[in-house]
Amino acid sequence: MSSFRQRFFMKRQNAGFCCPEISHKAAMNQHLKPQTPQFPAITTLGVDGFLVSFGAKLTEPANRAALAFRAAIESADPTGLKETAPSLTSVFVRFDLARTDHATLQTTLNTLLTQRDWYDAPVPEGRRRWYVPAAFGGENGPQLGAAAELAGLAPETAIAAICAAPLRVQTIGFAPGQPYLGALPPEWDIPRQTDLSPRVPEGALVVAIRQVVLFSVSTPTGWRHVGQTALRLFRPEQDTPFLLRPGDEVLFQRVSDAELEQIRSNDPDGGAKSEGQR
Amino acid sequence: MPEVILHRVGPGVTVQDQGRQGYLAQGLSRGGAADLLAMAEGAALLGQDPSLAAIEIAGSFLTLEVTAPTRIAVTGARMRARCDGSELTWNASHALPAGAMFELGAPVGGYSYLHFGGGVSSEAALGARSAHLAAGILRMLEAGTRLALGEDSGNRTGLTFTPEARFDGGALRLVKTPQSHLFSDCQLQRFTSTIFHKDARGNRMGQRLVCDEADFKLEAGLRILSETIVPGDIQITGDGAPFVLLAECQTTGGYPRIGTVLPCDLPRLVQAPATVALRFEFVTLEEAVALERDAASRRADLPKQLRPLIRDPHDIQDLLAYQLIGGVSCGDELERTTR
Repeated sequence: MSSFRQRFFMKRQNAGFCCPEISHKAAMNQHLKPQTPQFPAITTLGVDGFLVSFGAKLTEPANRAALAFRAAIESADPTGLKETAPSLTSVFVRFDLARTDHATLQTTLNTLLTQRDWYDAPVPEGRRRWYVPAAFGGENGPQLGAAAELAGLAPETAIAAICAAPLRVQTIGFAPGQPYLGALPPEWDIPRQTDLSPRVPEGALVVAIRQVVLFSVSTPTGWRHVGQTALRLFRPEQDTPFLLRPGDEVLFQRVSDAELEQIRSNDPDGGAKSEGQR
Repeated sequence: MPEVILHRVGPGVTVQDQGRQGYLAQGLSRGGAADLLAMAEGAALLGQDPSLAAIEIAGSFLTLEVTAPTRIAVTGARMRARCDGSELTWNASHALPAGAMFELGAPVGGYSYLHFGGGVSSEAALGARSAHLAAGILRMLEAGTRLALGEDSGNRTGLTFTPEARFDGGALRLVKTPQSHLFSDCQLQRFTSTIFHKDARGNRMGQRLVCDEADFKLEAGLRILSETIVPGDIQITGDGAPFVLLAECQTTGGYPRIGTVLPCDLPRLVQAPATVALRFEFVTLEEAVALERDAASRRADLPKQLRPLIRDPHDIQDLLAYQLIGGVSCGDELERTTR
């Protein structure tokens, strides 16, 4: 082996996943080949973070596990903890290198992981159900026809399906206050477009892979724009800048284009009404 | 309260601080100054806390005055700084008289910083004064704006230091990401042996990199579930080119990430001119932690590196007009006259 190759090979040693039961030191020193991870899996992310993953695919139990585990770390509040954030099936934990180290924090995370079956965790407490007016098709959803066709549905049936049942806020991410809602029925497992739509407006309702995303900013996207809400999901000037929280439910209520315009001009909350849940 | 009155403001001039922590779960990235080392340098020069806000100038220009005598410091990417027409040394602290016209111009690219004694005390939103342009929090500064300054408890000016080299590219150190193992050994080796340059497409959200034969595309890449992103992560986007995420990046992403640039090396990336070569080098997590801790202690030691400002010959425009050494002789005058 050439010396370059050898050096390169040695630098690969911290690659990949380490199972929770392997100590951090052991994981660092073992020659870890790329492998399919066992879940839950703890990996490092950046120089001062861990990612605790509960699944490579989005499932309801993995999503609930991530939300519940995040709450558990926050309440355990280990020394040096700086910030935690859940994504769809994982939790990011960032810490202060001046106050703790990887080995200590990994032990804490391992202990927490063994405390219960996280896949069996209930959805977060304090969640709310939101009723959100939305207009579909035409200028308010130019890709309704294309998305419905991919799902094998007539446009009217597609709208009814999106409005049929409450969708859970599975995570907030990408942009401030931007919710990923799900899950739509299996026929909605439609791909994102390979090309980006030039720009969808704030409040746009877009679909792909059994999820609905509401855009908190106007942006180009690969998701298909099927409807429109008058929601402002991020309001930096207000005391509650973020409208939705993970675990909240959203039930869309179909309105006409004219009704949406009226809501937009009269109601700063975009017509959204919430009620508390257990 | 002393104020800064902005007279001429180019694009890309913002108030910046350390950004906002704790909003990642709500989809808001930390933001804050692109070159945090330059923020620490300015704080050291003025003997104040690095959390105080300053003005960031992204390859642009700025003319202002202050309403009361004010201490200032200039750090980061070098610019021409003038006070009422006379040139001020970069990487130094100065006393700015009330009403004097202070100009920053002739940018070389990268991010420059203007710090004030007591810090910029402008409007805050979500716990910070920094503009987060991608999230629409606060805005770029405009001509005519008046910015309040905080109370200045210090009085020393005329100090300088030698900044850490970070304006000439070089090797940026990486740690592995949870997706690095998806890339083949061959791809990773090619990645670390390739010379990259910064693309024109770069801002506070991220920086695209280009090279002669850039294609680090991953077929599995299109099926990765979105997860948390951190600044420094290098995404391999749809066209196979690397994109380094920066302070205002999105909080989650589904593109595969080949590595994460160490936070202590990010100033070298953001300050590299487009003409210089950049390359990447993986280090182990243990090495990375040691490098980060070293960088933190160097930042903490910055106040010890300060020295009084004496005029640097590099900054003297008309150097040749100065008589630097008097009484030069050929050394053989005596012999010639006596012969």
